[in-house]
Amino acid sequence: MASLRCFLRSGKNAVTAVLRREFHGTPPAAVQVTVRDALNQAMDEELERDERVFLLGEEVAQYDGAYKVSRGLWKKYGDKRIIDTPITEMGFAGIAVGAAMAGLRPICEFMTFNFSMQAIDQVINSAAKTYYMSAGLQSVPIVFRGPNGASAGVAAQHSQCFAAWYGHCPGLKVVSPWSAEDARGLLKSAIRDDNPVVFLENELMYGVPFEMSEEVQSKDFLIPIGKAKIERQGNHITLVSHSRMVSLCLDAAAVLAKEGIECEVINMRTIRPLDAEAIETSIMKTNHLVTVEGGWPQFGIGAEILAWIMEGPAFNYLDAPAVRVTGVDIPMPYAKILEDNSIPQIKDIIFSVKKTLNV
Amino acid sequence: MPLPLFPEHLNFPAHNASANDSSITKQIFFSTNVIRSLLRVVVSARTYADFTPQATFDIKKCDLHKLEEGPPLQAMLSREEGLQYYRTMQTMRRMELKADQLYKQKIIRGFCHLYDGQEACAVGIEAGINLSDHLITAYRAHAYTLTRGGTVREIMAELTGRRGGIAKGKGGSMHMYTKNFYGGNGIVGAQVPLGAGVALACKYLGKNELCVCLYGDGAANQGQIFETYNMASLWKLPCIFICENNKYGMGTSVERAAASTDYYKRGDFIPGLRVDGMDILCVREATKFAAEHCRSGKGPILMELQTYRYHGHSMSDPGVSYRTREEIQEVRSKSDPISMLKDRMLSNNMASVEELKEIDVEVRKEIEDAAQFATTDPEPPLDDLCNHIFYNNPPMEVRGTNPWTKLKSVS
Repeated sequence: MASLRCFLRSGKNAVTAVLRREFHGTPPAAVQVTVRDALNQAMDEELERDERVFLLGEEVAQYDGAYKVSRGLWKKYGDKRIIDTPITEMGFAGIAVGAAMAGLRPICEFMTFNFSMQAIDQVINSAAKTYYMSAGLQSVPIVFRGPNGASAGVAAQHSQCFAAWYGHCPGLKVVSPWSAEDARGLLKSAIRDDNPVVFLENELMYGVPFEMSEEVQSKDFLIPIGKAKIERQGNHITLVSHSRMVSLCLDAAAVLAKEGIECEVINMRTIRPLDAEAIETSIMKTNHLVTVEGGWPQFGIGAEILAWIMEGPAFNYLDAPAVRVTGVDIPMPYAKILEDNSIPQIKDIIFSVKKTLNV
Repeated sequence: MPLPLFPEHLNFPAHNASANDSSITKQIFFSTNVIRSLLRVVVSARTYADFTPQATFDIKKCDLHKLEEGPPLQAMLSREEGLQYYRTMQTMRRMELKADQLYKQKIIRGFCHLYDGQEACAVGIEAGINLSDHLITAYRAHAYTLTRGGTVREIMAELTGRRGGIAKGKGGSMHMYTKNFYGGNGIVGAQVPLGAGVALACKYLGKNELCVCLYGDGAANQGQIFETYNMASLWKLPCIFICENNKYGMGTSVERAAASTDYYKRGDFIPGLRVDGMDILCVREATKFAAEHCRSGKGPILMELQTYRYHGHSMSDPGVSYRTREEIQEVRSKSDPISMLKDRMLSNNMASVEELKEIDVEVRKEIEDAAQFATTDPEPPLDDLCNHIFYNNPPMEVRGTNPWTKLKSVS
């Protein structure tokens, strides 16, 4: 009986859909897409668009990706374009950079960015600096991507955030998407960019669904690297964040709104080049700044933003010192209670906002 | 948008000094050239019928690893080839010695790793491949920049950090690039995975090209090289790994650095050969053999070239604290690659003493002119400081040393 009802309902849905299409034109068909699927689709489309694009990394092919981000790609594109590597980061990152120098457009996946430390010489000295050292003779169109930052229960060696490390280096573009739309548009831009791009994903965001408009679903939807996005408008204080912490900022903003405090939440989208202008414009409106990041405080993303603000025109608009909310300055512990208290929580953001606003 | 951007001038022969010469200098230059070319015609005309056009030489057998047979034991050398190899090796030798001089005069600064003694390697390798093949090496790279299409002028001007340098003065000794030549790399061993990556691109793009990937006896112990051997072999990349064994990694002799000094065997599952790197014909035949191996789809191959550097590791190393002057002198007198070629040609009547001297004079002149250019060309303009950060990017701002200084950067 239930199945009959289902059958009829699906039939009715099909008819409605057909009717809609024929008589009303196609309204914007937004869909729910997880960050993982957004990344997958972006790579699929770019692989199709340009024969020189290929993906290499550990487990990216036959395993469908350690986190299933490259699911289905090997089946579709085969051994030539989706390459499983041995567990030799320094070697395969170097191979990827060499391939980029010789005319291909590799996507080099690190299973997590913690392992990129083994290969960091190739990222910095071979990829980032070469265009400059050669005075424009040799470019390196490569994307290094993978999950970055804290996950859940993976402890110290698998939880570090590398945004500040890579963000430090000229010659690199460093990108940190939050939503599915970010993931899609920024990955496409990164792949089409003729320069080395470090693409910092987040494992805990992979399974999170976001609404994606039809415009975003189009094959040529690109998000420019170097431009932040205001996710939520507000007048009282500016919250600047990247990656998963944007979710926490929005949650904190929702709670604060009930108390009459309106937060402007800026999603950085790009770490380097930093969109200081977007942050400054916001501060000139709100007069208060709190940065929120998952990484460690010293010499980090928040530290850089605060320095920019100090040196720029927005300083005169601050009614209180700008502050940072960051991960605790310790290696990541394992036990859940300890781990939960090692990274910013919504209550930490709310607390810092109220302290800054002196309420 | 096509990827860069190998400027047209790199495909042309050496720049002429004409842009900076006064007209009188031009006239003198022109008239001496006319006289010289007349003489050359006279010399050539007289001797054309006298010289042996081609000869066959016995060359040393290579030690083999996981190979049934090796390169041939005889090599043919034509008169033209011989003269060309001689000229190129002599150019390299004089260029490096001039760099030594300029470094001591503090006109060249920083790193300067000289290649004299090893000329047979660079010239022999290039003779065994095509310009459409690819090559990458470490920091002892001036000679390869030359064989891969760079001119002495732009190499020397890069050493002196001038705007006419091959990298506009921004790279220096270790970062010179030309078409299909990927430097010039400062981090020991890092160039090896890069080279395999170039080979991967060769295979991917299906153009029957290969990549020659050079490293030294010091670098041969690097882990990333073994990672590269593994992947190159797994994926059958068209890569010729070449270890230039000059017996010393900086100040450490091979016996003190490597548990196994059989570098040609270190590739394990990769076939290898050990080659006399002081004999240009040996190097050439081995390279041809290796190239054939790669192009037939058999995957990578490893060559160890046994060679020697007369200079220390770099200009800051006198090169005699870890080896004796007697050793250096012995190699110079018994195994010098240029002398070896010269003796072969003269004793087989393939060239005359005067002819070779003529080449020496021309080479010396070329080096002098290049050094002149390299010392008088202006340094890069400060406007160029922040350029070439990104390719194909709109102009952007770069922070200077203080918050008020905003510098311009274009691609």
